[in-house]
Amino acid sequence: MANIIVLVKQVPDTNARIAVSGDRVDLSAVKKVMSPYDEFAVETALQHRDSSGGEVTAITVGGAGADKVLKDAKAIGVDHIVRVDCDAELDSNALQSVLASAVSSLGADVVYCGKSAADTGAGSTGPGLAERLGWSSVSNTISVAYGDQLSVVMPASGGNARVNVPLPAVVSCDKGNIKVRKPNVKGIMQAKKAKVDVHNFEIPASTISVVSHSMPPAKPAGKSYQGGAAAAEVAQLLRDEANVI
Amino acid sequence: MSETIVIAEIVKGAVHPTTSELITAANALGSQPTVIVPCADASVADAAAQYAGAGKVIAAKSDVFSNYDAAGWASALDAVAPAGVILTSASPQSKDLAARLAARRGISVVQDVVKIEGGHLTSPIYSGKAMQTVSLSSDAIVTVRPNVFDSSGTGGSGEVSVVDTSGNVATAVQEFMARASSRLDVAEANIIVSGGRGMGTPANFSHLETLADTIGAAVGASRAAVDTWDEIPHSMQVGQTGKTVNPNLYIAVGISGAIQHLAGMRSSKYIVAINKDADAPIFQHADYGIVASWEEALPVLQSSLASMMA
Repeated sequence: MANIIVLVKQVPDTNARIAVSGDRVDLSAVKKVMSPYDEFAVETALQHRDSSGGEVTAITVGGAGADKVLKDAKAIGVDHIVRVDCDAELDSNALQSVLASAVSSLGADVVYCGKSAADTGAGSTGPGLAERLGWSSVSNTISVAYGDQLSVVMPASGGNARVNVPLPAVVSCDKGNIKVRKPNVKGIMQAKKAKVDVHNFEIPASTISVVSHSMPPAKPAGKSYQGGAAAAEVAQLLRDEANVI
Repeated sequence: MSETIVIAEIVKGAVHPTTSELITAANALGSQPTVIVPCADASVADAAAQYAGAGKVIAAKSDVFSNYDAAGWASALDAVAPAGVILTSASPQSKDLAARLAARRGISVVQDVVKIEGGHLTSPIYSGKAMQTVSLSSDAIVTVRPNVFDSSGTGGSGEVSVVDTSGNVATAVQEFMARASSRLDVAEANIIVSGGRGMGTPANFSHLETLADTIGAAVGASRAAVDTWDEIPHSMQVGQTGKTVNPNLYIAVGISGAIQHLAGMRSSKYIVAINKDADAPIFQHADYGIVASWEEALPVLQSSLASMMA
């Protein structure tokens, strides 16, 4: 029996265009979805439960608007859904502190999360949470085998490595070969009725503040050619103009 | 500005040249950094001592550094590094280390920094669809994207002091599985040749491989190609749900330029696009755009580059 926690985050749809209005991103018109890597984490957590028994609790940090990502996780099959109530933007230290409080309070043998969230792309949460809990951690795993300890496959210099991970541990998941299950009608109905368990923890002040958001610098227009024969000229320019060959 | 510390980037047991870019980034924060080299053998640190722009160089020596373990490395480096702003590379391993080390010190981490100006740090967010600029009000750990800052050059003092350290390793490597092909991974390559669904069949990726072998490139793929063909593994995927890359040269073949692909490669220094659809969005980001089928353009590019490399 394993007590499993999975961390999920709501992010803008990865196919959406991001606009900056004034000096902040404007996400008002953007659809919100579960961060794609978190889907792999949820699937890994469910497979762990299905193999060893136990329960999966999905946790998110956010305001009431973030309940949807928990309902989505519930529809796929997690047992419990917990939201740590917080409307403020948190830096990595504040977020991990609050998550460490939540994991300690709920208790767990293993925490799964995505390798990074699709909005920040930082990937700090998994390893940072593990350090705060005094647990082992592995990042960017592409497969996980479950037992008294975990055996994971993750990238290493020149290929991959199979690594033994003692529990408790935090595992951040990459895509790998995992196929994510889709919610069925029963799951969706259960998710609608499911109650979100809301917790409050003390949140430390953030020491990193956002000064501004901006669009990426525009690139000057490039050179355009018609027809495959132009590839010879492009090859010359790559050597003589760009100096990259 | 408080003290800065650079953790040298270690690849295959040696100091990687991106370490000198970290020194440049520390200089941009206004100080000469202390460079700490995690190593099992102190002679590894000599390479770091050649770089200009650094203060002292410390070889942090421990058996812990023989294999990567996040907990072990973070504790061993925490024991050696003074307080201050710590810089590491934004490689996957060093981002992981940075997060663990920051948490150990109870400080925050700013990942993937591409610009430092007036004490403000700028990183891409939403996979490069927007940029975020932040300020620090205390010590922090900063990871710096490779291939963005200039090298600090050579001319350092060459002096290294050795400090023994130790840490508790939690995980154990059972086996290394080398990649079947000797070709570079897209995350490690200076040149990438990527194919999309416009390649028609996965077998046609062999043409991209031939070109890649000619110019020492890695082979990448769009999400459309990875999702469509089982033969194209996710490890090749460049884009928002694959790998974010910024090589010197990115050659996109038969890739239309979906927003989530652009997010993963738009910061490449030079982009070549080959696509038969003149309206493909990839052309708006290309330095050199060739409107042609890959069947027509690729053999010409291949033979031209091959004759240059000969």
